[in-house]
Amino acid sequence: MTVVLQTTHLVKQFGGLTATDDVSIQFEAGARHALIGPNGAGKTTLINLLTGMLKPTSGRIVLNGVDITDASPQKRVRLGMVRTFQINQLFPDLTPLETIGLAISESRGDGADFWRVAGTKPGLNQEIADIIDRFRLADVMNTRTSILPYGKQRLLEIAVAIACRPKVLLLDEPAAGVPDEERHEILSSIAALPKDVTVVLIEHDMDIVFSFSEKISVLVNGGLFTEGPAAEVARDPHVKAVYLGESLDA
Amino acid sequence: MSEQTPTAKRAAQGILARARWHPLEFVFWIVAFSVIWLLPNKHLILTEIAWLALFALSLDLILGYAGILSLGHAAFFGVGSYAAALLAKHGVITEPVLALIAAGLIAAVVGFATSFLMLRGADLTRLMVSLGIALVLRELANKFSELTGGADGLQGVTMEPILGRFRFDMFGHNGFIYSLVVLFVLFLIARRLMASPFGLSLLAVKDNPLRSRAIGISVDARLVAIYTIAAFYAGVAGGLLAQTTAFSSLDVFSFDRSADLLLVLIIGGTGYLYGGLIGAVIFKVMQDYLAQLTPQYWPFWIGLVLVILVMVGRDRMLRWTEPVRALANRLDWRAKGQAS
Repeated sequence: MTVVLQTTHLVKQFGGLTATDDVSIQFEAGARHALIGPNGAGKTTLINLLTGMLKPTSGRIVLNGVDITDASPQKRVRLGMVRTFQINQLFPDLTPLETIGLAISESRGDGADFWRVAGTKPGLNQEIADIIDRFRLADVMNTRTSILPYGKQRLLEIAVAIACRPKVLLLDEPAAGVPDEERHEILSSIAALPKDVTVVLIEHDMDIVFSFSEKISVLVNGGLFTEGPAAEVARDPHVKAVYLGESLDA
Repeated sequence: MSEQTPTAKRAAQGILARARWHPLEFVFWIVAFSVIWLLPNKHLILTEIAWLALFALSLDLILGYAGILSLGHAAFFGVGSYAAALLAKHGVITEPVLALIAAGLIAAVVGFATSFLMLRGADLTRLMVSLGIALVLRELANKFSELTGGADGLQGVTMEPILGRFRFDMFGHNGFIYSLVVLFVLFLIARRLMASPFGLSLLAVKDNPLRSRAIGISVDARLVAIYTIAAFYAGVAGGLLAQTTAFSSLDVFSFDRSADLLLVLIIGGTGYLYGGLIGAVIFKVMQDYLAQLTPQYWPFWIGLVLVILVMVGRDRMLRWTEPVRALANRLDWRAKGQAS
């Protein structure tokens, strides 16, 4: 297996707090890789570092052989690494249709066209429609995002990322806050992601983690605690202790 | 194209919705052009409305579409105004249309150069930076009085006929038609720009810069671009003022002018391009009417209207126009129903 994304000795300090502590981690092409760990373990910080929302204190990040440590967030997206957010980050005044259209245009490199009416590019509408159908957003595609039901917004959150045509997709708690009866829509949409896309999942719900991932990395206190195939990590008594310790403290 | 799925067909229609002309828009422009004949003795104030509308449209482009707050938009208006006046006075470019474009471009250069200062920080920072830029430019114009005429204003500007044919007459007829045509053309361009992926991405940036970056949009580059375009528009508006009055003075840079402009947009609303136009009409008519009633105290009434507007809320006031808009929508729907 080839490595598409890796970090070497990645460190992020906020003042005296070390949120990411010497993390060297590798993600393989087409992997279904979960990042788990108790609250405050530094999972989201790691995602922010990978996607360029934060600058690391030290260490390197390499995507498909390109050192992207100092690249801007939008550059990383163009190189194929796309994320979703734990708390929805959408465009309230746009419709799902416009949002997805925008993301596709951007990935095609014509998002800055200023003299072409949006939606007149050949093939674009079919491409938008495919994603809208796949995420079951057809009935609300012309509704302003701000008034969509939460479950639909959550689907859109992932659909937008897919519309960027990622090679590496980082999902930050995709099912967060979604009621049980709507969860399967999110989960089936994740399960249906193309096999050649590397998917990194941050999740608290262990059922989702074990149903989805082949490999699991466990973060504790900002550092990489252990990693391995999902079944092995599941049996690891130390991992259980970390989670149990967390719940006993709480 | 025959293998398009039903969703794709609906998507094709839905995504064009923003670009489609609403019937009320035709009404608006027919009325706007008909006042050329309907109100021939009001052309002087109508000219003021036209350049104010263009100026407000310029602010709407950055405020309503990109979310950039500015209290110093008069900077570009002023640059355009002095540029147009100086070009005419020194005979550099004597034909008004070309000179107007040049004035806009000069303002755009200043806009581009200062846009990078506007990228930093949040709303309050931007307010202060924009205010500062306008103050600096005003003092520069004051300082270089040999060029600008300083506090006395720039005297002795004579305007050549528009396109070499239409003289600026003392009743302001040609001046108004000229201003209205310029407003209309620049409005059409702005409308086209905002219906493009570029325009849509500005709305996205305004809504959520974080996610915009996360889908690959170069946020800073978009903001620089729209700020530069808006500066061009403001410069043309200022150029229109200078050309139609054959005069330019320091008050083109004044804080009052920038602040009034925000008022105009608050009255008319942002983010749909007509806000500045409608706001300019209401603002100027109100100002004119109130100034006749109480020459000294009209700002009091403007202030009162502003407070009422904000307290009652534009949404609620818009509801009063609901029947008209519903009717327009129905006519539109019928017309389309017959077409298909």
